[in-house]
Amino acid sequence: MPNFWSDPVGFLIQWLTNLLTGLGLSPELVKFLLAFLGAALLPLMAMLFVVFLIWYERKLYARMQDRFGPNRLGPWGIFQTFADMGKIFTKEIITPAGVDLIPFNLAPILAVGAVLLVWAVMPLAPRIVGVDLSVGLIFVIAAGGFGELAIMLAGWGSNNKYALLGGFRAVALLLSYEVPMVIAMLIPAMLAGSLNLVEIVASQDVPYLLLAPVAALIFFITQVAESGRAPFDLVEAESELVAGYNTEYSGLKFGMFYVAEFLHAFTSSMLFVTLFLGGYRGPFANEFPLLGLVYLMVKTFIVYFVTILFRGALPRFRIDQMLDLNWKVLTPLILAMVFVTALVDKIVVQAGGPLLVRTIVLFVVNMLIFWFSSKLLQRNVRPPRRKVSVQRPLATANVTPSASQGQDNLSA
Amino acid sequence: MLDHWLYIGLFFFVAMLLPGAAIFIASILAPKKPNPIKSSPYECGIETVGESRIQFKAQYYIYALVFLIFEVEAVFLFPWAAAYNQLTLFMVVEGLIFVLILVGGLLYAWKKGALEWR
Repeated sequence: MPNFWSDPVGFLIQWLTNLLTGLGLSPELVKFLLAFLGAALLPLMAMLFVVFLIWYERKLYARMQDRFGPNRLGPWGIFQTFADMGKIFTKEIITPAGVDLIPFNLAPILAVGAVLLVWAVMPLAPRIVGVDLSVGLIFVIAAGGFGELAIMLAGWGSNNKYALLGGFRAVALLLSYEVPMVIAMLIPAMLAGSLNLVEIVASQDVPYLLLAPVAALIFFITQVAESGRAPFDLVEAESELVAGYNTEYSGLKFGMFYVAEFLHAFTSSMLFVTLFLGGYRGPFANEFPLLGLVYLMVKTFIVYFVTILFRGALPRFRIDQMLDLNWKVLTPLILAMVFVTALVDKIVVQAGGPLLVRTIVLFVVNMLIFWFSSKLLQRNVRPPRRKVSVQRPLATANVTPSASQGQDNLSA
Repeated sequence: MLDHWLYIGLFFFVAMLLPGAAIFIASILAPKKPNPIKSSPYECGIETVGESRIQFKAQYYIYALVFLIFEVEAVFLFPWAAAYNQLTLFMVVEGLIFVLILVGGLLYAWKKGALEWR
């Protein structure tokens, strides 16, 4: 029997198996029941976790805008989300005339389900993982594709021009950003030599952030774009498209899109931590898996915090700028990174370089490419800034009344 | 192996069931008072003119097409990445030649103006 502190899930599975077989159930049925229990508990916990995430994000976002945020219900307004939930559950769900019923109703379910699916393969702690899937990384990409499908279905099914425009943008933007995202995922897979997320985490003796900083940066940017948040929230740009793809949704169907967005932002932060920051790894994590869970959460919240800073600090891109950023900057850069990382890493490993040498070489190469590409960008993209030729008159204490009321000095 | 996919299947079922059940409960709790004005398509208070499912720019289609090419490339590269530790330098270079061909494709699309938003 495994020890609870070194293998909590194994301990519980063993305990429940013994209990249920003791009751006279067949071993196959017990196996099925336990798989069902595991499959039910993980998404349920993720859904409940969203309640906390919404509060956390509203609070931080409010702080960035010099507001208090929710502060009435409970300590620091922590129960605000429960009140919102109670309200949204009793709101009328309007089904507008002329909607395509199947895509319209399927879209909010798919949007949440797609994000939840990622949790199935996410290693939460040593020996705590939904399923140790050998093609975990491809599964994550496939689940992400589901989320985009949901947005397109919502846009198409709504019988609304704004929603349809949002859906079109989803095709152009989310699909486009998937390209550098998928290729950026290739680099951790290559360094670990595996598509299994558990093995990718286990092989990160040095976090891959140090071995592939440029890939990490690109992955981070694309993840923010994929979760459809500012500065990449063109799919639901409220100043142009009312609310984009979810214009016609109301009640809890709208709430589901909201939940999906928050959960997606958090899940992609977690994916970033898993791929580039060593996931649950930390001192004593292997002996006490629950400590590993704490490490994972702390790292994830740090990354999530940065995405919220992103959201609060940057204005929205225009669609052509966003597509140019993707196709003309991120995609060539990540292709170059795959090229150089594969070649340099292989040469260093074949020359028998230890991990330290490998890390230093790859880090330096990454930095060189980043520096070179930023020079290239500065030369080709940004138009040279014009110098203001006329010095504006400075305000002084003894300004004469005629000067302040007279002609506009700036036109001179 | 089969256990893994059983778990994934069950997980998929539950992941779709949870939001579905929540929406179902909400649809029981929520009031239902539809009227023609309320259920008309929202267009900032103006009546919708013509078909809602309008024609779209061909540009979106071109982006989707370029996306398809690169996604297929990535699918072919993943097995190569998974086997990277066992590959010799020569095999790595072979994979990179494949990447180079696609870089050529990207440059071609770029030159042709497929990546310009018009």
